[in-house]
Parts: sequence; structure tokens; C-alpha cells
Amino acid sequence: MSILVNKNTKVLVQGITGREGAYHAEKMLEYGTQVVAGATPGKGGQTFSALGHTIPVYSSAAQAKAAHPEISASIIFVPPAAAADATLEAAHAGIGLIINIAEGMPTIDMMRVVRELKEMPNVRLIGGNCPGLITPGECKLGIMPASTFKAGRVGMISRSGTLTYEASKMLADANIGTSTVVGIGGDPIIGTTFIDLLPMFNDDPDTDAVVMIGEIGGADEEMAAAWIAQHMKKPVIAFISGRTAPKGKRMGHAGALIMGNVGTAESKLEAMAAANVPVADTMDEIVTLTKKALGL
Amino acid sequence: MKLHEYQAKELLAKFGVPVPPGRIAFTPDEAKAIANEYGSLTVIKAQVHVGGRGKAGGVKLAKDANEAYDRAKAILGMDIKGLTVRKVLVGKAVDIAKEYYCGLIVDRNVQGYTLMVSKEGGVDIEEVAATNPEAITRFAIDPIKGLRPFEARDIALQAGLEGNLNKIAAMMVGLYNAAVGVDASLAEINPLVITEQGDVIAADAKIDIDDNAMYRHPELEMYREVESEHPLEVEAKAFGFSYVKLDGHIGVIGNGAGLVMTSLDVVSRVGGKAANFLDIGGGAKAEVVYNAVKLVLKDPDVKGILINIFGGITRADEVAKGVLRALDEGILTKPLAMRVAGTAEAEALALLEGKPINMYPTMTEAATAVVKEAAL
Repeated sequence: MSILVNKNTKVLVQGITGREGAYHAEKMLEYGTQVVAGATPGKGGQTFSALGHTIPVYSSAAQAKAAHPEISASIIFVPPAAAADATLEAAHAGIGLIINIAEGMPTIDMMRVVRELKEMPNVRLIGGNCPGLITPGECKLGIMPASTFKAGRVGMISRSGTLTYEASKMLADANIGTSTVVGIGGDPIIGTTFIDLLPMFNDDPDTDAVVMIGEIGGADEEMAAAWIAQHMKKPVIAFISGRTAPKGKRMGHAGALIMGNVGTAESKLEAMAAANVPVADTMDEIVTLTKKALGL
Repeated sequence: MKLHEYQAKELLAKFGVPVPPGRIAFTPDEAKAIANEYGSLTVIKAQVHVGGRGKAGGVKLAKDANEAYDRAKAILGMDIKGLTVRKVLVGKAVDIAKEYYCGLIVDRNVQGYTLMVSKEGGVDIEEVAATNPEAITRFAIDPIKGLRPFEARDIALQAGLEGNLNKIAAMMVGLYNAAVGVDASLAEINPLVITEQGDVIAADAKIDIDDNAMYRHPELEMYREVESEHPLEVEAKAFGFSYVKLDGHIGVIGNGAGLVMTSLDVVSRVGGKAANFLDIGGGAKAEVVYNAVKLVLKDPDVKGILINIFGGITRADEVAKGVLRALDEGILTKPLAMRVAGTAEAEALALLEGKPINMYPTMTEAATAVVKEAAL
């Protein structure tokens, strides 16, 4: 019914004893996500209790994985300075899906993490600086507000957190649900991008169309457009934010930066047009175009 | 954080990159004294955070100390692209035989640094990239292995650089080590000069530091110049906002970078132009919103405000409370259009019921209304 996560996904929460980790662990449990363990260095042996669940805390991801071999995903709530290390900790513990929420990680840290993960093909990192991902009705592995998502058959990939919530809510209000929604993050170097996820949605029997929300900076959207033109069997609807942003100014996201002639909205819009991907000019148009693509 | 040329050169020198002797002068007299000490041809260079200093007249040669005084006098206080020159670098001029380019950028596509090298040095590399991209040789550096001398020599050969290959490669490796050492998001030597004597020297340099990594470089804080930042940007930073001053007239406040960027686009779409980008961040309380409104209103360019909130972790009722506080205190002197949706939307609308605040169901309608009102 989805990509990457479903109702059977067993989750480790790294940093579960911290304020953010504890808050979101509870929210995920409330949604029905199967949080089975927590990890915080030096806090092994404690427990985390919320909503009638008592969850064991381990001192490392490796210890958690050893005690709960069924863990298939980890979500990381640690400060940005420790996030790269925590990501590698999860990867080396043998956890296949890692969600890194941290905003503000040094770029060089991410370069090294991503480089190391290239040699670990069984590990997929989502983020950093992302809201996580959700398969509505089954598994919420992130910090998104649950109420804005409705289960359905449209996949979504987005560089922006709030725009993901907004687009999902607009679709839900139009009675269009989502299969899986992935917030890939606003940093310049991220673990997973459009081109990694489009093939998964392409192969997912429960996804009929994909909405991709891009923004200025880099060339991920251009690469995605090229892939779509070659391989995508399902309709894709795009939205590009930051069309009026000035060159050389970092617009909130570290990755939303036009450097020289690289990363402009024009280049992304041209690439989408060349791939015959309809682009919504406003958020509302995402709904109109999705309906049209689905023949509704 | 952007560094000045002289700061970038100081850092490069620490990583073994040869740079010409030079010191900073704040007055023509200081420039004269430095030039006198060097006793040779000097170059007087404006130190401002902007490109194109040469074209703007901010870089001049001086044949002796008296001329250095005159040049410094002309350049100090000069306005270059809106920035006032407060200091000049007085450097020993180098005998240029060849001028090359060597730069490192954080390259999203290769997920690491890309080294760019070109024979076309001393000019704007973006222009070279646009008009003659084949003139730039690119190499993706492995973030774990780093840049090795044999790779640097190979790039230099591919790019067709002429001169002492080992010295050129050493400069590239030095630049890379400096970039990694200070967490640079951009580091370039332009021009990389081969002197008449065959020496390799970094005649000009530019380094930007990754703001996310500043916490591990406390020694670089001394390079920060609050006066060169926009005063509202400095104030916004203290509040923890992500704020960028823009050149329009509609103040824009929202939550989440993507939503705020989209709000700017919508303002422009309906015929207006944003005066700023302001992201209040996730989970903002009433006080944060109140401070954001107050900050945006301090900008004399602002003729109207658009508040666009999609409540996720942020609660729309907290946003409403913040706006109401600004209203109660009488500081809401400009037209305001607001759109709130998502978490606690109903509570927010209840709080705002009957208040003189214009609410709209969509961001397009809110933007249209405020752009129209601001034009009156």
C-alpha cells in the first residue's frame, strides 16, 4: 500500500529521552506507529512510557537492534552537531531506513555521511532537515501533523515541510488521499532525493500519480525531470517554490540558494516542460492538476 | 558568513597557501605607512562583501607611498553596490605572468565539493561558466579521501595550466584543506597567479563559511561584521528568525521556508513585491509572532503585511494571539491580510472574530487584498 514504511514497520527512536524525541515518540505512538525501542548514549536500561506503552531504552542503536532484530527503521532526534554520528551509528547497527530530522547540520558532515552510505546499499537515509515520511493510516515516521493526511493513492515527495502539509491537506479536502508522503529535506546535501523515490512510486501498485514539490537551488528537479521523461509510467505533477527569490540569498533552507546560474526556478520549469510534467503555478493548482491526472 | 579578501588570505596562509604580503588600513595615513614599509608597487583594494570591486573602481595600483595615500583616500568611503568601503587591503603587487582560476563549491549534484579550475583567471567565473563552460575543468572530490596531490596535478594538466606543476597542485590541495578546515561553503582563488619568477601565489581569494558549522569555529567569530549586515537581519537573528531583507513593499511572515518562499511568489504573482522573507519557524508561540510583526513593521519600506500560516506543529491560535497583542498595543499601523489554516484553525478564527483584522481563506486572496491596500 505504500513505499518505504507501512503498518509493520518497527521503529527505533534515537534521542527518545530528549524533549523533541519524547514528544514525537508519543505522537508517533498515538498515530499507531510501532515504536519498539529508544536509544540514548548512557541511558541504557531506562524505559520510556507514553499512552500505556512502555518502551525500553538502550545505550546504542546496535544494542537496540540486537535486542529487537525486527527494527527496520530509525528516526533521529538529536542536536545537529551529533546528527551525522547518530546516522552512521544507525547504519552500522544494520538499520535499513534512517530518518534524520535535525536542522542545521554542517554540510561537510553530510558529505561524509552520504559518501559512507554509498558503500552501504541496504541503507536509505531520508533528510536531514526534513519532517520525515508518512504512509497515512499505517505509519508516521516524522514530525508532521497527523490530521492533514488522508490515505489514498497519490505519492508525494517534497523539499519543504509546511508545503507538504499544505498540499496534503488540500488534496485531502478534495477527497484525494496519499499513499506515502516523503519530506526529503531542505539542506544542500540530503540522503534521498526525487530521483531515488520516483522509481519506487513508479513500481508501487498502490500509487497512481506523484506530486513533487521542489524549490530553487541545485539541480535535483532537473535530474528528476530527465528521469521522468525516460522512465515514469505514472503522471507526475510538480510545484516549484521560490520563483521570485533573489540570486545569492539563502531563503530559509540552506539548500534554497541560487548560485550563479545554477538552481534557478526558470531552469527547473524548463526541465519540467521538456519532460511534459505539468507544473502548478499556485498551491491550489496542485489539486486541479492532480484531479486532471487521475481523470477525476 | 562571507569573509573579506584579507580574512580569506589569512586563513589560506595558515594552510600553507602562498599569498602576497598585505595589511589592512582604515585611513589613508595607515595605507601610506604600509606602502612605505613595502617600498614597492602596491595594490590598494576595497574590502567589501561584494563582487566586482575592480570594475567599480575599488582596486587601484600605487607606485609609491604618496600615491597609496591618494588611492586609499579615494577608495575609503566609496559606495560599492550599496556598501560603504571602511577598510582597504594594502598589498605588495605581484608580477603577473599568468592568471588562472581555482575554486571549490559545495556541489549538490555530486554531494560533495567540486573543484573547478580554469585558464581563464582574474575574471568573473560565472561569466566563464555561462559563455565558455568548456574552459572550466571540474573534479568531484571524495569527501572521505580528500584531494590528493596527484589528482590536483591531473586537473591542472587537464585544464592546461602552465607553470610549476607541483606548486600549482600544492596550492589546490592547500585550498581544499583550508575549505575543509574552516567548513567553507565556497572557497576560491581568483586569480591564481604564476609570477614572472615562476612562483605560484593567491593574488585574490574569497571564502564563505557554512553558517551551520560556525559553532565549531569560535575563532572565526572575530571576522563577523554586524555593521555589514542589514540591521533588521541582525535583529531577526537575535529572535531566532530566518529573515532576509528584500526590495519590495509587502512584509511577509509565515511558517516554514517553503511556505514563506511560496508566499513571496504569490505576492509577486498578484502584482506586488515582498519587502522581506520571514520564517517564524516550527512551533512558534504568540510572543514569537508578536515579535515578528513588530520587526517587520520597523522596516520603512513595508506598506502592508501578509501573514500566511499553515499550522502543523505551529498552532494557528498562537499566531492569532500574537497578532492580537500587536493590535491591542496599537503598533499595527499598516494594512494586514492574514490567512491561517491547519492545527487550531477554528480556535484562531474564534479569537479573531469581530476584530479589525482581515482574514482570507487562501493565500492568493490574502496576498491580492494586501497588495491592493498597500497601493492605496
